[in-house]
Amino acid sequence: MVGIKVEDVQEVTSGSELTHVPLAPPVVSGLLNLRGHIVTTIDLRRCLQLDSRPADQRPVHIILRSDEGCVGLLVDQVGDVWDVGDDDFEAPPKTLRGSLRELITGAYKLDGGLLLALDTERALAFSSGEQT
Amino acid sequence: MSGLDTIAKEFVVESRENLDQLEIDLMALEGNPSSRETLASIFRTVHTIKGAAGFMRLPKLEALAHSGESLLSRLRDRVLVINPVITSALLALADCTRLMLTHVEQTGTEGDTDCAAIVERLARVGEGGGQTRSQQPDGDPPPEAEAVVQPNASEGNRPVQAGSNVRVNVEHLDKLMNLVGELVLARNEIIQFSAIQESSALLNTSQRLNSITTLLQEGIMKTRMQPIDKVWNKLPRVVRDAAQYCGKRVRLEMEGKDTELDRTLIEAIQDPLTHVIRNSIDHGLETWEKRVAAGKSAEGHIRLRAFHEGGQVTIEVSDDGGGIDVAAIRRKALERGLITPEQSRGMSEPEAMNLVFLAGLSTAEKVTSISGRGVGMDVVKTNIEQIGGKVSVQSQAGVGTTLRMRIPLTLAIMTALVVTSGDESYAIPQVNVLELVHVEAKEVRAKIEVMCDAAVYRLRGELLPLVWLDGQFTAGASDTTRARLVGRLTECDAVNIVVLQADDLKFGLIVDDVSDTQEIVVKPLGRHVRGIPIFAGATIMGNGRVALILDVPGLAVRSSVLSEAREKSAVRSDVSIEADPEPKQALLLFSGPDDTRMAIPLSRITRLEEFSRASVEHVGGRDVVQYFGDILSLTDIATLMPGTRARSRPSLTTASESFQVLVYSKDGRQLGVVVDQILDTVEERLVNMRPTTRQGVTGSVVINGRVTEILDLDTLSADVVAAPVSEHARAGAEV
Repeated sequence: MVGIKVEDVQEVTSGSELTHVPLAPPVVSGLLNLRGHIVTTIDLRRCLQLDSRPADQRPVHIILRSDEGCVGLLVDQVGDVWDVGDDDFEAPPKTLRGSLRELITGAYKLDGGLLLALDTERALAFSSGEQT
Repeated sequence: MSGLDTIAKEFVVESRENLDQLEIDLMALEGNPSSRETLASIFRTVHTIKGAAGFMRLPKLEALAHSGESLLSRLRDRVLVINPVITSALLALADCTRLMLTHVEQTGTEGDTDCAAIVERLARVGEGGGQTRSQQPDGDPPPEAEAVVQPNASEGNRPVQAGSNVRVNVEHLDKLMNLVGELVLARNEIIQFSAIQESSALLNTSQRLNSITTLLQEGIMKTRMQPIDKVWNKLPRVVRDAAQYCGKRVRLEMEGKDTELDRTLIEAIQDPLTHVIRNSIDHGLETWEKRVAAGKSAEGHIRLRAFHEGGQVTIEVSDDGGGIDVAAIRRKALERGLITPEQSRGMSEPEAMNLVFLAGLSTAEKVTSISGRGVGMDVVKTNIEQIGGKVSVQSQAGVGTTLRMRIPLTLAIMTALVVTSGDESYAIPQVNVLELVHVEAKEVRAKIEVMCDAAVYRLRGELLPLVWLDGQFTAGASDTTRARLVGRLTECDAVNIVVLQADDLKFGLIVDDVSDTQEIVVKPLGRHVRGIPIFAGATIMGNGRVALILDVPGLAVRSSVLSEAREKSAVRSDVSIEADPEPKQALLLFSGPDDTRMAIPLSRITRLEEFSRASVEHVGGRDVVQYFGDILSLTDIATLMPGTRARSRPSLTTASESFQVLVYSKDGRQLGVVVDQILDTVEERLVNMRPTTRQGVTGSVVINGRVTEILDLDTLSADVVAAPVSEHARAGAEV
């Protein structure tokens, strides 16, 4: 379960066809036509080095605002919008390693489990850094 | 913003326009001294400036304009007749006024600009320091340097129509252009959608939408079009100043002033064009003594021609000078190690001619420490190529040189051929497409041959290297063994070959299917995918899907079609340099502050100059020199570099007669960077570059046994270049 700050999110869309970009970094899943704007989408699964999504599962695009226009983030599904308090927040544990540690700012301890707070800036910069 | 500020701003903008007009008129008057109309226009301009200056309480400017007016009234009363001395004095007035306007814009006051000297000069000229009518000698033309503008008879002296024009902010136009781009895309989608619906009403409406959109697109494009005269009207002054600087006599002819192109392109060609013309005058034309000896007219001719041709604009700059000495170029390129002797032998005359575009090669016979190091033509080529254009040069020894630039009409919307490979569509810019070849399945084995590991097609007797589009999409070296190629050819059905042109090279791209040509709107790629060399951008197709636009030169390099050919023809361009993992770079070495060694990529420098100390003027807290009719502000490298120890001998104040300057231009503005001493130019591979934390330095490398810092002028000069108002931006600010 991963959380993104609501103010970073412009909108959520699904069902748009993606154009594959040959030779692009592996995290880039393709280009999306968002009402006439071309948006690069990044697969969050590949960012977090998870297994590929099953072919029958339709992904959802979260359109994020970034300094350089919109960027899409491909996720499995969108849950809910929650208010979380700073009191529940804790920095990632020292034992956490790998790309996850790079990409999250910490976790919110909620009743149902941990909500990982995604550092969207880092996630986007990380994935563009691979090819430069 | 207070009311006064607004008035001051308007005053500055209007006055600058008036000054532009003044310069144009002065040039026209030199060509046709008897034109009372032109003289009256000049008089009006100066009078307007004087009046406004009085109203704005700018006494110095008022006094300056007043002295100009006095001189002009003597011209009008025919006591004096225009001559180069008077013109120069009036141009000096215009320059001084510009400086004051900049000051007014920045501080609201006219500043401490010293215009007394110019007032005095104007008065002296007016008192007959210049030639009076009765003294004018007859017969032989005066041997002094001068430039004459010869407007094309059919185009010149057209009265300017006022009143029917509206000023529009350029930003609005850009926004409109973007919106039209979106509309074109939406239209494409609607048309495709309506084609599959069985509604005649929808079909009718979408057809109307189609034609209206096309008309609107053309209309908006037209509003962005500007006549090339917008750039050209600055050139007479450039020619005049350069002619005086070089002590040559030059006549400038212009043809096709009304040729229109997109305003972003107008801005982009200004610098290259100016550079080319200065080059023609400096290196192309001979001195008048030499010309007369060679049986030519004493006056050198520079001819500008612009015209539309096949959806592109062609601009030609011709001179009737000595021409390019091809043998000398070969020799120099060999000396400099830019080509090998074998390459030189295999090179045709035109190919050798195009060596002038190589960085580090000078066309000037005499190479001094300052000029003739070959900075420049490669910059012109790069600039023109950046806007999708091409440059070529033709020359005949003793007869002259013609430089031809071909540039597209507009950048935002282009015609492209849509092809498919796999499941995706790709757009290929139509300018790169030469022809389409379809090979039937049964003919494939016969017509497509395999040489070692490369497939070729015989196109009218010439071997055309073939490249599979999908083969370029796999990372790493594409797997092209002979067996695989043969296998591919056996299994495939009919083959579609798109014959493409990249630089001077043809190659065939094999695609799955060829759709049709479409107008596409070019959109930039996001940062994650921007660095991929084979894509130039993306666009949205009629079905709403995103399609990538192929970058044909990039494709050629990736498929190594180009780099191999390049080795044969040996004309190294920036494209093939990119393909080289550790490209050699031409660097300019100079000694920096604190006796350090510094270097800068030669491509970043437009010219190297040496100025005498006497030519430096001190204006508004800056050191400036007059430079080809422009004002070049000078900055010492020591003041640019943060953290250098206080210089023991600042080069601008040393006692030596002259100093050396790197002329660097960015965003249309030029900046002179004063350095201690220019040492040499070298070709180096920038390997083992040590990163550095020092601001403005890319890194350090060892060159000729000394640690040398590679300077990043872009960062260093950012605030210095940005400070004064860009004349460039202002020129583009209105339509």
